[in-house]
Amino acid sequence: MPFLKKVWYITWKDIRSEFRTKETMTSMLIFALLVLVIFSFAFNPTPTETKRIFPGIIWVGFFFAGVLGLNRSFARERENDCLAGLMLAPVDRSAIYFGKVLGNSLFMLVVELVTLPVFIVFFDYSVRGSLVALGLIFLLGTFGFVAVGTFLSALATNTRTSEILLPIILFPIIIPVVIAVVQATASIFAGASWSAATLLWVKVLVAYDVIFLVVPFLLFEYLLEV
Amino acid sequence: MIVEKIDLNLDQGTFLTILGPNGAGKTTLLKILSGLVPPTSGVVEFNGRNLHEDSIQVRSRIGVISHRPFLYESLSAWENLYFYGRMYDVGDLDRRIPEILGQVGLELFAREPVGNFSRGMVQRLSIARAIIHDPEALFLDEPFTGLDQQATEILSSVLGRFKTRSRTVVMVTHNFEQALALSDLVMILNRGRMVYLGPVQELDLTLLKELYRRAVEGDR
Amino acid sequence: MTGSIRPVGPSRFWGWVLFVVMVAALYMIFIYAPTERQMGDIQRLFYFHVGAAWNAFFAFFVVFIMSLLYLKTRSTRWDVIALSSAEIGVIFTTIVLVTGPIWGKAYWGHWWTWDPRLTTTLILWFIYVAYLVIRSSAEGENRARFAAVFGIIGFVDVPIVFLSIHWWRTIHPKVIDATGINMEPEMVITLLVSVAAFTLLYFYLLSQRVAIETTGREVSRLRDRLRTRAGL
Repeated sequence: MPFLKKVWYITWKDIRSEFRTKETMTSMLIFALLVLVIFSFAFNPTPTETKRIFPGIIWVGFFFAGVLGLNRSFARERENDCLAGLMLAPVDRSAIYFGKVLGNSLFMLVVELVTLPVFIVFFDYSVRGSLVALGLIFLLGTFGFVAVGTFLSALATNTRTSEILLPIILFPIIIPVVIAVVQATASIFAGASWSAATLLWVKVLVAYDVIFLVVPFLLFEYLLEV
Repeated sequence: MIVEKIDLNLDQGTFLTILGPNGAGKTTLLKILSGLVPPTSGVVEFNGRNLHEDSIQVRSRIGVISHRPFLYESLSAWENLYFYGRMYDVGDLDRRIPEILGQVGLELFAREPVGNFSRGMVQRLSIARAIIHDPEALFLDEPFTGLDQQATEILSSVLGRFKTRSRTVVMVTHNFEQALALSDLVMILNRGRMVYLGPVQELDLTLLKELYRRAVEGDR
Repeated sequence: MTGSIRPVGPSRFWGWVLFVVMVAALYMIFIYAPTERQMGDIQRLFYFHVGAAWNAFFAFFVVFIMSLLYLKTRSTRWDVIALSSAEIGVIFTTIVLVTGPIWGKAYWGHWWTWDPRLTTTLILWFIYVAYLVIRSSAEGENRARFAAVFGIIGFVDVPIVFLSIHWWRTIHPKVIDATGINMEPEMVITLLVSVAAFTLLYFYLLSQRVAIETTGREVSRLRDRLRTRAGL
């Protein structure tokens, strides 16, 4: 399908651009680690406390780093007015949205993959649970976050206070993802990888991902009007 | 910025230049004609096809050169062209890209990131980007502004080639000399309305300037 | 829109109706309704709380509908109502968030219990604020359009937030949150009248705000026209 091909090429362009400089991903990585350090000093958790709060801390790190990355997502298109170039091309505008969602998801997953082991080591955390289940949760949670995040970043990028606006408008909307993803991660790390609780949150994430892929898809062109 | 009551019919292969003072709506008109902005009323058609409804089909036959280059700085010239080539469904890119880089004199810089290019090089690459899919109609917004000597020559030759191949061109400019040298038809826009439309044949620079002065002042 | 500015806004009649109903509600809340056996007089906050809560959510529903209408028709009328409803909605939401904890502290001894309804109201507050910040941050053409888009996203989010918190809570039950109020018939009537009064208040304020905004925009439009005429 030509539409999917164009989505793929838009993703390719973003990946190619990012991997040339790696600016955004590096900043995201460093920021996630900084969050980790600050939390350590702020909470100074005992080993038992660590066990309890670990899933929460890692996701806070990921989400804060994620917002940083999202801010950059459309900033690159504004540089040389590339967005106009894309809009003039025979490309469905929603392809731009999907292409960027895929690209941003990849970047965020890479950052998560790199920082998670660091977090585990730093907090001296003993990990249990199914890697498959964990992988599924990471995929679903990251994707949901990025689906809404990319959409709202397109909105924020066209405003005066773009960088400060994005967290303000994004975080209230992703509350369900935060709850689901932390609960599921905690459940998996506690050894109950495929319990009813985990499955409940998987369902919540799937529902959220679908809704917040479809609704932005329908509304995306309203954001792009020139 | 409002543009209204524009009734325009261009035969294939016509070169139209749009002149007008700042704020007359030239860029707005160009945005509507190239498909970036939909008209509030009326239609834009290419060979009978509605631009804003059949937009994907029609847009693949249009090229746009603006003063913003639409290029990605961290990608190389080759990668930029490859990307746009894919967006415009251009076939055989392995042959087409070197060909078009040759036309704008950038063959040696194919693998250089655009961020390293000089201004003139960026502009030349932007021209290449605009014509990679061999459009039937080309829209240019103040294309000669700020171009260096080499880029100006290249653009003029590209436009000349377009003319001989019967492609339609619509150019917005402030440059009367270029308008006279290249176009068949000239339009003067003022305050969002078309105040003059006529052939360039009989005009020389003095006549054109006089025409312009009268058209703009008479429209107060 | 014609060039003249006509007096707009809620009519005197509705102003009086609101006054009467509100006075009746206040009377019923403080005098007519019996004192709750366990909680005492502080329970009377409940009537304000519920009255405001219903309207806090209703106001956002209005924002949602107006956002859809605006995107469809691009008529500024819908945008004005959306904006007005959002501003009033924030106020009602704040009332809920203030009365809730006060009542909670008095009744259960805890300011905040992560009760799903109240917590969802908290998130609603943030969504409202985000909506208003978008309005101030976006420029010109984008303002109404972006706000409308966010109004839709925000509205879709609210039920999901509620369910998520609800399920989260059932896994971590903290304090019992049952509204263990024995509702005597007088209380039920008082509650209904309070809700009616607050709803009337919402519409009255909405109508006022819409009038102010419409007039303000008309003034700006005329001023801009004057400026262009004067060649500025």
